[in-house]
Amino acid sequence: MTIPAAAAPRTLYDKIWDAHVVERQDDGTCLLYIDRHLVHEVTSPQAFEGLRMTGRKVRAPERTIAVPDHNVPTTLDRQTGIENPESRIQVDALDKNAREFGVNYYPVNDIRQGIVHIVGPEQGWTLPGMTVVCGDSHTATHGAFGALAHGIGTSEVEHVLATQTLIQGKSKNMKVEITGRIAPGVTAKDIVLRIIAETGTAGGTGHVIEYCGEAIRNLSMEGRMTICNMAIEGGARAGLIAPDETTFNYVKGRAHAPKGAQWDAAVAWWKTLFSDEGAHFDKVLTIRGEDIAPTVTWGTSPEDALPITASVPAPEDFTGGKVEAARRSLDYMALTAGTPLTDIAIDAVFIGSCTNGRIEDLRAAAEVLQGRKLANGVRGMVVPGSGLVRAQAEEEGLDVIFMNAGFEWRLAGCSMCLGMNPDQLAPGERCAATSNRNFEGRQGYKGRTHLMSPAMAAAAGVCGHLVDIREFAKEPA
Amino acid sequence: MDKFTTLTGIAAPMPLVNIDTDMIIPKQFLKTIKRSGLGVNLFDEMRYDRDGNEIPDFVLNQPAYRDAEILIAGDNFGCGSSREHAPWALLDFGIRCVISTSFADIFFNNCFKNGILPVVLPQDAVDALTDDAANGANARVTVDLESQTVTSPDGTVYHFEVDAFRKHCLLNGLDDIGLTMEKAASIDTFEDQMAQARPWI
Ligand code: SF4
Repeated sequence: MTIPAAAAPRTLYDKIWDAHVVERQDDGTCLLYIDRHLVHEVTSPQAFEGLRMTGRKVRAPERTIAVPDHNVPTTLDRQTGIENPESRIQVDALDKNAREFGVNYYPVNDIRQGIVHIVGPEQGWTLPGMTVVCGDSHTATHGAFGALAHGIGTSEVEHVLATQTLIQGKSKNMKVEITGRIAPGVTAKDIVLRIIAETGTAGGTGHVIEYCGEAIRNLSMEGRMTICNMAIEGGARAGLIAPDETTFNYVKGRAHAPKGAQWDAAVAWWKTLFSDEGAHFDKVLTIRGEDIAPTVTWGTSPEDALPITASVPAPEDFTGGKVEAARRSLDYMALTAGTPLTDIAIDAVFIGSCTNGRIEDLRAAAEVLQGRKLANGVRGMVVPGSGLVRAQAEEEGLDVIFMNAGFEWRLAGCSMCLGMNPDQLAPGERCAATSNRNFEGRQGYKGRTHLMSPAMAAAAGVCGHLVDIREFAKEPA
Repeated sequence: MDKFTTLTGIAAPMPLVNIDTDMIIPKQFLKTIKRSGLGVNLFDEMRYDRDGNEIPDFVLNQPAYRDAEILIAGDNFGCGSSREHAPWALLDFGIRCVISTSFADIFFNNCFKNGILPVVLPQDAVDALTDDAANGANARVTVDLESQTVTSPDGTVYHFEVDAFRKHCLLNGLDDIGLTMEKAASIDTFEDQMAQARPWI
């Protein structure tokens, strides 16, 4: 007997996909309905311009949310305007487009402004079971809610603005299970760096990854966002985590979350959003939570990640095209094979980004910095992920801890995650960063980035070199 | 969007793996509100020194490859940021086709929206084409979308796969938005059903 299609076990991804198909073509390509469309200033001007040129409107402005984040200055004087003319033009263009097309909008001077992937969940725009897109690869972040969320290009931004749909082929299913418990000092960031080290940056290509297992279940929503944020760094189309009580508790009461009877109906549906027993995954990776150490990157690809107890590898440790890539990385990073990672001296610390710019991240960094100072010659910058994160941190006195430790306490934005605004590394400067990309030039021309958790970045700042947070924690402040 | 049917042109070798979109077009060039004019800054930080002088070793600075229309690249080309500025810059430079063993998803999609054909071939084919391309301007490669073939300078023919819908759009230079707008009635129906089933959205 064959099981009828409707009763066949489905993955979480299958279920969300099925709930959003408007039309299916013969070759399997689908027209997928989009529940939320997030927009920022860098990848949208050409799309709005396209609408204007063709006389089209935004089909669902109420489902569209715009916020400037990449170019905005994070210095306290930003109300006086943006100095760089090109950045100013982009931010002004978003302002004009958002108002003209009537979409939801958080301008620069709104306390709710921040990095788009922090604002969406914070305001309750992101809900389980939704489809969420944005012209930004880190849209994967929203998958932490059990929403199918992925980055799109500007042509697709225009397509979604005009039609509220996307033409999509279905990806494959991949399961990444982290069993057991993670050790003290190990965080969501270490888990995801370890995953990428195993899969490589192309390991998830063509797949949607569902993260599961006890260690994932035990994470807060913030930790889950950190994991899904970097799904794209493993090449995946999207990352997903099945919603549960942790998710519902986070969502409840947020500005755009459902209320009253609608809330109950929503939760009832959300509770059906999990991968059925026996659902098919095309790829499976299992890692024991106990085996994950605090992890840092040494090279210029997020897959260049190793436990902090390891040493810089040699190009010969690799095979194929990676040999040349590793040689180029080591040269760019000015590192010698065999150097213990904890011997790498740093010049700067960046705490922020949509990976680790939420309140729990700032708390973790502040805990390390309480009563301590940045090492001589090291500069540090804390950039909260949103105006509300900043306000919360100030209420808790974290700003004082950061400033006493010698950090700059900035306004919200992408900042030195990609250095489109003046927050950049100087050539040759080496940075312990909580962001998600260590690409060449990402944080500034010839800048050198080591990715790690907020606590590890803070500890590196105090020591002046990379350090194992488990050893650091043994020292009194 | 320009059609893509068949292309015969110079192929430039870039065997590096994981060439990300930050390398293809660094962030300082994302501040434009236009799609055009990005070609001069394609691969900017690999192509020029800090003073804006060309770095002679870089492949696209070598006389044989200045007019390249095809790139033969290492695995996982176009990973990282979703910036469509990457295909815009390639196109503006004159690149209409990239051949690799694998591409990052978003970049792959973005290519089709801009009349660029990304071709996936097995490792040995890419290796052979890379070697051919290293021969300089003699290495003229033909890419035929209709027959889904790449023909190397020595006449070796490689077949590649391409999704039927994307092929159709590229061959005819079709604009997706126009096609989808014709389905407005289906979208209306879907929205009505959704308002019943999931009114909180
Ligand atoms: S914080 Fe960094 S990764 Fe996140 S959206 Fe901004 S630039 Fe992109």
